[in-house]
Amino acid sequence: MSARMIPAPPANVEHQEFWDACNEGRLMLPRCGDTGRFFWYPRKLSPFTLSGNVEAVEAAGTGEIYTYSVMRRSDPQYAIGYVRLDEGITMMTNFVDCDFDSLAVGMKVRLVFVEAEGGQKVPCFTPA
Amino acid sequence: MHTRGKAFIAGISEHPNRKAVDKSVAQLHAESARGALDDAGLSIDDVDAYYCAGDAPGLGPLSMIEYMGLKNVRHMDATDVGGSSYVLHVGHAAQAIAAGKCRVALITLAGRPRSEGMATGTAPRNYGDASPDVPFEFIYGPTVVNMYAMAARRHMHEFGTTSEQLAWIKVAASHHAQHNEHAMLRNVVTVDDVVNSPMISDPLHRLDCCVISDGGGAFVVVAPEVADSLTRDCVKVLGCGEAPKNLMSGQVDLTYTGARWSGPQAFEEAGVSPGDIDYASIYDSFTITVLETLEDLGFCEKGKGGAFVSDGNLISGTGKLPFNTDGGGLCSNHPMNRGGLTKVLEAVRQLRDEAHPAVQVRDCQLALAHGTGGSLGTRMGSSTTILGRADA
Repeated sequence: MSARMIPAPPANVEHQEFWDACNEGRLMLPRCGDTGRFFWYPRKLSPFTLSGNVEAVEAAGTGEIYTYSVMRRSDPQYAIGYVRLDEGITMMTNFVDCDFDSLAVGMKVRLVFVEAEGGQKVPCFTPA
Repeated sequence: MHTRGKAFIAGISEHPNRKAVDKSVAQLHAESARGALDDAGLSIDDVDAYYCAGDAPGLGPLSMIEYMGLKNVRHMDATDVGGSSYVLHVGHAAQAIAAGKCRVALITLAGRPRSEGMATGTAPRNYGDASPDVPFEFIYGPTVVNMYAMAARRHMHEFGTTSEQLAWIKVAASHHAQHNEHAMLRNVVTVDDVVNSPMISDPLHRLDCCVISDGGGAFVVVAPEVADSLTRDCVKVLGCGEAPKNLMSGQVDLTYTGARWSGPQAFEEAGVSPGDIDYASIYDSFTITVLETLEDLGFCEKGKGGAFVSDGNLISGTGKLPFNTDGGGLCSNHPMNRGGLTKVLEAVRQLRDEAHPAVQVRDCQLALAHGTGGSLGTRMGSSTTILGRADA
């Protein structure tokens, strides 16, 4: 079964460093320097304080499935979901290299990078 | 400043078309507007405020005010929070009227996604490349249906909600739609029919989804002195609330909606509680939309929505909370994929005793209309309005 091709993320000057790190195999999570809290999705201003004091911290790459759904009507089918990372934030992803029928809420998953159209590597997850 | 009793809905119109290949979007807006003004006994010259949302063509109010020949507009609002916009507009119109900014506010909605062959539910949904969240979600293929499916999955996980319980919501809508000659789906369905319909994005089946339809609608909100001058039954605006709900900086929670905040605002302003409501129009893009909204509005405890909707509890005449007696988005129509406006219309019909006799709620004194826009739990607008009879 061929997997769904992930489209290239739209270019955005605010996100370039994030995507460059992905291409080097690192998922960098934004953390507010004022509060020490992680947030998602990446942005240059903290959504907790609106200050520019934001740092990027490499994710451990582990977490569990918060929820998911398999698009049964698309060809090829694909599994979309939200993963709750061990760092405490929840991000959207695709589950890859797995039997979609084996997915479950609460399942432990780990980070893998998948090449999107045009070559950009994007974070996806697979059962740990 | 509260707006309780300071504005009335004087006229409504629902476009009968469910497929409108031979009409433009602007034309559908204007035909709906004409219907609502005729119903109220008002003319375009009486209109001094115009509200629309993202379905309006061109520059929204600027384009439509010209098309419809509105000459006396001095107040405009194009707040676009998806399908919840039009319920929100009730509140904004009431506030503007209470503040003396206008006396006759016209609100319209129209579109033709069916004629234009939009893959409304299953095509990945891009809010625009400049939207800051899009690069981190759109690439993974979020569609309308799988976003709502993920909410349903999580609700099932946390509260034990079942597909059969969700199916009861469609069953109730179908019981009502059989009496609506314009409804797209008039066959009464069973729980088995719903759970055995094709899986679209698990756990949501085809019959958990609303219809895709063309059409539109309009209503007119007026000041008390205008309502007094009209012969038509007017419906009093008692309370309104609105709230956004989003990704919460990564603390995603798909088990509740912005109704958790919009509902209490509306109930407090109206001075009533969920137990007082005789009829509820609840936005029903999917069965799960209704279930979470009913919980968040306080019609039942959080997590108990599955039990609440079961066994026909939403069916007029037999259930405790008759809902969407026109068949709603699940069976009748969902013009331009935005069901908020039609929610207001059926609430007004109920309060005027003008719903179909088979679904009319006896002695209906208080009605609630709730709109849901965007995507459930992640980037959504919630809006609630509570309406009563003119003497409420």
